[in-house]
Amino acid sequence: MSPRHTTPQQDLFRGIWRENPVLIQMLGLCPALAVTNTVANSLVMGIATFFVLVGSSLLVSIVKKLVPNEVRISTYILIIATFVTVADMTLEAIVPDIHKALGAFIALIVVNCMILSRQEAFASKNTIGRSLLDAFGTGFGFIIAMLMMGVVREVLGAGTIFNVKVIPGNFEPWVIFILPPGGFLTLGFWLLLLNWFQERRAERAKVREWPEGVAEGRAA
Amino acid sequence: MGDLFWILLSAMVVNNFTLYYFLGLCPFMGVSARIETALRLGLADIFVLTIASICAWFLNTFILPYAPFLRLISFIVVIASLVQITEMVIKKVSPVLFRQLGIYLPLITTNCAILGLAIFQTNRGYTFFQGLFFAIGGGLGLTLALVLMASIREASELADIPSIAKGMALVLIIAGSLSLAFMGFAGLLSSA
Repeated sequence: MSPRHTTPQQDLFRGIWRENPVLIQMLGLCPALAVTNTVANSLVMGIATFFVLVGSSLLVSIVKKLVPNEVRISTYILIIATFVTVADMTLEAIVPDIHKALGAFIALIVVNCMILSRQEAFASKNTIGRSLLDAFGTGFGFIIAMLMMGVVREVLGAGTIFNVKVIPGNFEPWVIFILPPGGFLTLGFWLLLLNWFQERRAERAKVREWPEGVAEGRAA
Repeated sequence: MGDLFWILLSAMVVNNFTLYYFLGLCPFMGVSARIETALRLGLADIFVLTIASICAWFLNTFILPYAPFLRLISFIVVIASLVQITEMVIKKVSPVLFRQLGIYLPLITTNCAILGLAIFQTNRGYTFFQGLFFAIGGGLGLTLALVLMASIREASELADIPSIAKGMALVLIIAGSLSLAFMGFAGLLSSA
């Protein structure tokens, strides 16, 4: 398996949208569903994961030549666990309220398969600079997905963003969206929407390829 | 005894690992296409969860009071190596069971349900037996969710669903409805 050749820009931007870890690759679902009931929680979780991903990508790509192939996964997990411990303690010191709300899910960043998959698929095979670009891109993609989930769930489930009321009038909140089922449903509907956009774009591209008469005939 | 029973029941249905805490989602999405494989994965899960619970209790009681900052790292190392050792032992002692569990045993190491169990158990300060029942309940709950999901997916295989809903979108929406249904069990605890 030879690595695909990509430019540095592609390394950075691909993780943000086209290969978004949560929405396209379906990795790291556990935090994306569990802690996105408010925008603040989602943002903190996204930033913590971003920090762990960038830190471990950097370290893994520095030590990649020293690590024997047989124990590479355990080494990556140890590196990741170290950064998670740092993130855990930092959050506890800076934002104790949110740290409490996130609870065990900060520690569970260790088993976020998105992070391990970036180490195995990219950081262990590429230079330090490119691994960092890749980690930045994927991390941003993760934060974006977390915010997409968090905004929908907090607005529908509580009528607020960052605890500021955004829906005027006496809106009855759909409490289900801040409860666990809301996580599954929100991601499900986001995927439906994205699939629909993709299908429409594919349809248009197909129409453009047809000779003129056929497209007009189909449209009529 | 009643206390242990409630821990088991609560981990199994009320606070189901998959549908309430979102733990172990990867197999829930990936391996839930057939009832047969879902059941086997569930069995492997119960097995590993029980062992992990015993390990976590040992670590918490004898080692971690001296070095609390090593909690996460020691959990993950011990659990990963233990699963590896268990795999070797089963392979030696009962090749039939080993073949049945197949690829799922090593896969479970990276399953967040295992680490989640260890952390929850620590945070709630469970004793040895409470932890054991918590693990078995959690494993049964995972199995239940997996088998339910697999049955629904098998049943909906030939259904005429819109093309944009095929694949993960459908699975997530089914999971949402299942989770909604399981919320009904919350009444069990408050009435107790």
